[in-house]
Amino acid sequence: MIETIGWIIIWIGIAFDILGCLGLIRFPDVYNRLQASTKCVTLGTFGIMIGIFLIHGFTPMGIKALICGLFILLTSPVGAHALMRGSIIFGIKLWKGSVLDRYGKEKLGGERIEDR
Amino acid sequence: MVIFFIFGFGLWLLLTLTLHWSSVIAGLLASLLTTLIYGGYFTRHPIRFLQPHRWFWLLVYIPYFIWFMIRANLDVAFRVLHPDRPINPGIVKIKTILKTDTAKVFLANSITLTPGTMTCDIDGEYLYIHWIDVRAQDVEGASRIIARPFEKILRRIFE
Repeated sequence: MIETIGWIIIWIGIAFDILGCLGLIRFPDVYNRLQASTKCVTLGTFGIMIGIFLIHGFTPMGIKALICGLFILLTSPVGAHALMRGSIIFGIKLWKGSVLDRYGKEKLGGERIEDR
Repeated sequence: MVIFFIFGFGLWLLLTLTLHWSSVIAGLLASLLTTLIYGGYFTRHPIRFLQPHRWFWLLVYIPYFIWFMIRANLDVAFRVLHPDRPINPGIVKIKTILKTDTAKVFLANSITLTPGTMTCDIDGEYLYIHWIDVRAQDVEGASRIIARPFEKILRRIFE
């Protein structure tokens, strides 16, 4: 029973991973792509790890999977944040359909949005 | 420092899951080295680890957070699969009521993993957020939509 639930969670995780990759292709600029990839890939990989934990239970493998999942949950947003801040400071502009850029206006002197 | 050392060593024991003497000695050395380098960054109020109500609110926070994460993923999935690609992005600024650094880090991480928002930078009590669907451009409105659901609980855990 628990094994079946574990497999279902693993398949849901894989589906979210695929959606994250699709978002990486479909979204227009680096910031939106980071949004899609970070969220979907974090929950997808976390789901795969939880599924492995449910299938194997409290064996060495299951506990390692659980700890890896928690580490991914904690570190992946930090990595995405570093990438995003780096690309802003490097000077990559926002997509032309963007509404406003308060960070550029207040910190870098002028909004940084692509010309229409 | 001592708590950091115990924490690191416990993590090592969980990861290796053996009490063989060579493994334990390697773990002791590794956690000692980590403590010497990073122990100073850990926490200034170790007594807070022993207060049970903080652990209780942490246990409340985890399912709440996972629920928000699942909503975030369905939201991104909808935007990816919709033929018109309905996005309306921009960078907004919000003001947080949290004071300690740890709480701010957890708030920034939670914001990154929840629907359509991602932290760009922290500046004192202001956070700059990249929002995939801007619904409020002023500081108060954006703070109310993005940060309030987490701040209520995070304040009870960390402050």
